[in-house]
Amino acid sequence: MIALDSRPRLAAKARIRFDRKTAQHLLLYPERGLVLNPTAADVARLCTGEHTVHAIVERLAEKYAPQPRAQVERDVVSFLDALAERGLMQTEP
Amino acid sequence: MSDAYRPYTLVAELTYRCPLRCVYCSNPVEYTRHTDGLDTADWLRVFREAEELGVVQLHLTGGEPVLRDDLEALVEGARAADLYTNLITSGIPLSRERLARFRSLGLDNVQVSIQDVAAPSSDRVAGARVFERKLQVARWVKELGFPLTLNVVLHRENLGHVEEIVALAEALAADRLELANTQYVGWALVNRRVLLPTAAQLDGARRVSAAAHARLRGKMEVLFVMPDYYSEFPKACMDGWARRFLVVSPDGLALPCHAAHTLPGLVFENVKDRPLEAIWRDSPAFNAFRGDAWMPEPCKSCERRAIDFGGCRCQAYLLTKNAAATDPACSLSPDHGLIEAARQEALSAPDDGFEYRAPRPAVRK
Repeated sequence: MIALDSRPRLAAKARIRFDRKTAQHLLLYPERGLVLNPTAADVARLCTGEHTVHAIVERLAEKYAPQPRAQVERDVVSFLDALAERGLMQTEP
Repeated sequence: MSDAYRPYTLVAELTYRCPLRCVYCSNPVEYTRHTDGLDTADWLRVFREAEELGVVQLHLTGGEPVLRDDLEALVEGARAADLYTNLITSGIPLSRERLARFRSLGLDNVQVSIQDVAAPSSDRVAGARVFERKLQVARWVKELGFPLTLNVVLHRENLGHVEEIVALAEALAADRLELANTQYVGWALVNRRVLLPTAAQLDGARRVSAAAHARLRGKMEVLFVMPDYYSEFPKACMDGWARRFLVVSPDGLALPCHAAHTLPGLVFENVKDRPLEAIWRDSPAFNAFRGDAWMPEPCKSCERRAIDFGGCRCQAYLLTKNAAATDPACSLSPDHGLIEAARQEALSAPDDGFEYRAPRPAVRK
């Protein structure tokens, strides 16, 4: 599981783009793509290597209030873990 | 047309020309009939029209795409259309300077193929002395900051080397390793007797690959593509006919797969004559094998018909002379004996050599 004080950065091979056909964001990488829901798209855009996981959770909890902060944290962490599993994310110390 | 038929990937076959002569080349055996008929402006229009249709992934391939002098302009145009752009190359002839230009123009990914893990065996399959140069190109790819996909087509001569192939991919810091078993169409069918492995060879390679897949998770994506000759059910070729993929051949034919123009009785339209969207939606050839109305039994009533779509139309035609037959790779196909016979043949060593890809006169069978 990703540490809350690490700074995730999207892998060089991954690129986000908006899909006009579905009005959703896609995370594209070689031969594949993931459809991102609005929360996942927000998280992916913050994976620049500057923000800690903790800071990303704070940012999203504010945006998606009154959703419980614990729930937001679970969603963010599981999404980041899924990205790491696919080699789509690195963490900066 | 609903999103049930949306192309996500455009395979742009920029030319069938290639300095290599690989014995399993998937280009048509009569490739010389299709010359480079599209100029830079044609391709750039195709990219834009494809993006309008829903395409998000672009493969620049061939033949050898780097033989096109206008590849810089094509990369630039592809990125302007916001396509995730992948260059599929043998690495020959490619300089570091040109790769660096592609990088600055926004090329997203480079896929380099090798044929084996050592020069003599790799070069023998490629029909050219290129192995060391390919490794050099792969290193440049990483040095310049690209993600690297390493592609190796597997067959009976290199299936025993998968462990060494994985080690080489790790040494090159590849991001993705494609261990793609030969699909027996095009030149691979011509050379099937010398390429088709035994079930035991495959099992060994599959075990090694599965272990590498687990060990390298999150670091390198290891993909092992099973050969349909040894599967119980056929592959979902192209994710279904004219459903997710769009191929444009060097002479401008819009195709549902890279071998579709070898099927008789289907008329494929040229992107110079008609907008891509109209071809995708209305072309009788694109609609020929969509849905399940065209299917024979046992496909028509099979619960897997929406999973594998009846398999590969080109393989059905090549083996049975009927493009609308159930893919003989399916264990339920009445023609499955053709596959079983080939597997039986693979148990004994072949006594003939490779036929290299080369121009050859049209043969009527």
